[in-house]
Amino acid sequence: MPTTYDVAIIGAGAVGTAIARELSRYRLEVVLLEAKADVGMGTTKANTAIWHTGFDAKPGTLEARLLRRSYALLEEFVPQAGIPTERLGGLLVAWTEEQRQTLPSLLERAHANGVIDVRIISAEEVYRFEPRLNQGAFGGLFVPGESLICPFTLPIAYATEALLNGVTLKLNFPVGDVRQEEDRHVLSGPRGQQVAARYLVNAAGLYSDEIDHMLGHHDFTVTPRRGELIVYDKFARRLINHIILPVPTPITKGVLISPTVYGNVLLGPTAEDLDDKTNTATSEHGLQTLLEKGRAILPDLLNEEVTATYAGLRAATEHKDYQIRLHAAQRYVCVGGIRSTGVSASLGIAEYVAELLAEAGLPLQAKTAFQTFRMPNIGEAGPRPYRQPERVAQNSDYGRIVCHCEKVTLGEILDAIHSPVPARTLDALRRRTRATQGRCQGFNCRAAVVDILARETGQDPRFLLALDGNDPPEPLTLTPPTHSSQEDQA
Amino acid sequence: MTTIQETDVLIVGAGPAGLSSAIALRRQGVAHVTVVDREPEPGGMPRLCHHTGFGIWDFHRLYNGPAYARRYVQQARDAGVHLRAQTTIIGWEDDLTLTYTSPAGLGALRGRAVLLATGVRERPRSARLVPGYRPRGIFTTGSLQRFVDERHLPVGRRAVIVGAEGVSLSAFLTLHKAGVQVAAFLTDLPRHQMYFPYAPAKWLFVDALHRTPIRTQVRISRILGRKRVEGVEITHLSTGQREVIACDTVVFTGDWIPEHEVARQGDLVMDPGTRGPQVDVAFRTSRPGVFAAGNLLRGAETAATSALEGRQAARQVLAFLHGQPWPAHRLPVLVEPPLLWVLPNSLAPADLHTPAKVTFRVTQFVENATVEVRQGKRLLLTQPFRHLLPNETLHLSGAWLTRVEPHGEPVVLKLSG
Repeated sequence: MPTTYDVAIIGAGAVGTAIARELSRYRLEVVLLEAKADVGMGTTKANTAIWHTGFDAKPGTLEARLLRRSYALLEEFVPQAGIPTERLGGLLVAWTEEQRQTLPSLLERAHANGVIDVRIISAEEVYRFEPRLNQGAFGGLFVPGESLICPFTLPIAYATEALLNGVTLKLNFPVGDVRQEEDRHVLSGPRGQQVAARYLVNAAGLYSDEIDHMLGHHDFTVTPRRGELIVYDKFARRLINHIILPVPTPITKGVLISPTVYGNVLLGPTAEDLDDKTNTATSEHGLQTLLEKGRAILPDLLNEEVTATYAGLRAATEHKDYQIRLHAAQRYVCVGGIRSTGVSASLGIAEYVAELLAEAGLPLQAKTAFQTFRMPNIGEAGPRPYRQPERVAQNSDYGRIVCHCEKVTLGEILDAIHSPVPARTLDALRRRTRATQGRCQGFNCRAAVVDILARETGQDPRFLLALDGNDPPEPLTLTPPTHSSQEDQA
Repeated sequence: MTTIQETDVLIVGAGPAGLSSAIALRRQGVAHVTVVDREPEPGGMPRLCHHTGFGIWDFHRLYNGPAYARRYVQQARDAGVHLRAQTTIIGWEDDLTLTYTSPAGLGALRGRAVLLATGVRERPRSARLVPGYRPRGIFTTGSLQRFVDERHLPVGRRAVIVGAEGVSLSAFLTLHKAGVQVAAFLTDLPRHQMYFPYAPAKWLFVDALHRTPIRTQVRISRILGRKRVEGVEITHLSTGQREVIACDTVVFTGDWIPEHEVARQGDLVMDPGTRGPQVDVAFRTSRPGVFAAGNLLRGAETAATSALEGRQAARQVLAFLHGQPWPAHRLPVLVEPPLLWVLPNSLAPADLHTPAKVTFRVTQFVENATVEVRQGKRLLLTQPFRHLLPNETLHLSGAWLTRVEPHGEPVVLKLSG
């Protein structure tokens, strides 16, 4: 039988990695299990990349409370960990008289949620903020705290700090079954591998209901809600200054136009309930809908080139709030129904889950030291290596640009491949460095990137290009560097 | 932070246009000509095209792409051109000073004149809004050529080529060489547009090309497969009928967009048709001292066209260095669909004394058409054409230039009737 961990966390998205990092503060043996080949591969990677204040959450809900708490925690974490963010502010625009009349209630709601710097602005002010907006705005609500965030860097930062502080990370490790055995959970993974833990946290996102069923609960059902998005070229960035939000409906926050930390402009998302939890395809209808909406809000946007399109699935449930439940007798916390706010609420959720575990009897004994980690910057607002003479002078690879569109240097690519949570797939490399993510989508650099990744990791290019199957992929265990954990346990 | 390095002419892009221009400038006595290129090697796109067909017009003999590129690089070196590869322009410090990054460090270069010759790329799948998953196995001709010839990486087994124009044939040859079977060419037009080189290529590759259907009046409406491409869904334009072609590779060819990043960073006025910088007959952009030439102006022409254009631009750069004044005022030249673009797309008063070469492209096949040029109500030219062919550069008589009113309304090209 395998060694028994104190806590196993299923799912390494923004929420799961944040919980792992939170628990790594304490003298615990923690394992983080992820079905995919990298962290942050589900809802976390395909969303609107906005750090929400929670101004429009339903007051009194757990979501509203945790968003608020998380905002404060992120304000501390983000600069320390080097997560690309930009505090641009959200501009919610009323396009009808009816919508304008809902602004006071939205303001009230924001105040009830503790977001007090929100204010209603006139149509004139809307155009002063955003001169290129289409005609016909009736007024708006300005939310200064709404910010851009890099949803790729965030979970990698959490996972890296978790790893450095003693957490074990198992990738390509889908949990097929959970069995109760005396005082522990035994989780079955691929190729007959098993993991045992006394406490269990379910942060499986779209699959959190299925894991919940394995533990005998039927509290909610996850319905994947697809959101399609269009990413415009960096030259569109000069068209807007803020996150342009629509007046939300009960179903969705609606289609927004927002800059990204990489200097692009996002248009989306659509909202469409599906049955298939793996359907992240874009659709003809979805993309056409976005073009129409985009044209109505910011006509000049459609003259710019499209850099990318993608679709993500939010873990919506039949409930209006998060489904975070402690089953103390089972030593099990379910963290389901995080919908579209997981990135923003991640640190608040992590803190709350630690409290729930303590309530169920998990002893939280703080370690004497916590190792932090600073992520390489891939945002345009921060310093990029190719613009830093001293870094290029130290290592000429930081002046050797491989991906021209995103100005990604060989130095950054090598760093990502050899980082604590390493990039082993093209997708993982893309999200750590932005290589191939630019306007030419690999016209210039894809071959070079495949070549470098294959060479540095010793993988066959045919495998990286999915020409030769290795299905299901081999599980990969990343263990903490030994010195840090030993030091602490002494 | 950095000292500015001075040069007489600073050229961005070491492809056929940039290099031929640099060579011509040196031969005409310009002391210091610097060409920067972001790629590790100078030579431009021909470096990637390992098939023959280069050099007939500019060197009067046949080369394959890399040999052709090498010949230009060698000529440039022999002529005393300063070549700086792996040097990426990252911004404009002032009107004629560009900042760069390179393995040797950051810096700034100032020319008495600047020539932009940054070339083109093909629109990738995402820019064409083709829906579906994002599996491996999606290429453009450019990325395909780098996979096969530059990096010797595997491609796939069976491909669909989106597009049926000259560059699509180039993709076909590269796939053929890599041992990839081609299931079909797709084009939304009623006929293919592989004009001149198609017949000789068909003779050379008669077997493979005969077995490859050209599917006309269809568009690619979806990509199938999650990890790896499993097929493409095509939609017949006339019936709306959908059909799936099995393949593990898709190559998007053509649909050019100029690599205009440096031009746009410099806030040069851009042309809505070409999507390149607006230029007059002397290759002058909207910014004094800054010229543009080659495929940056309008999507891909042959390497020879770009190279010859580079030489022409060199004459204009030289005239400017010798004191020819920069026009203070320019008149835009616009097109109406189905015309796609026209060059020159602006006219300076000094351009109007002599007829000049005017080229344009259309987006569809048109039979027995008449192209007219108007300035306001004044008809400047009507020129009949038996056939207007898409994805082919067409020539218009330039005699009308002398009849343009220099301070009048914009000039418009369109089809009569």
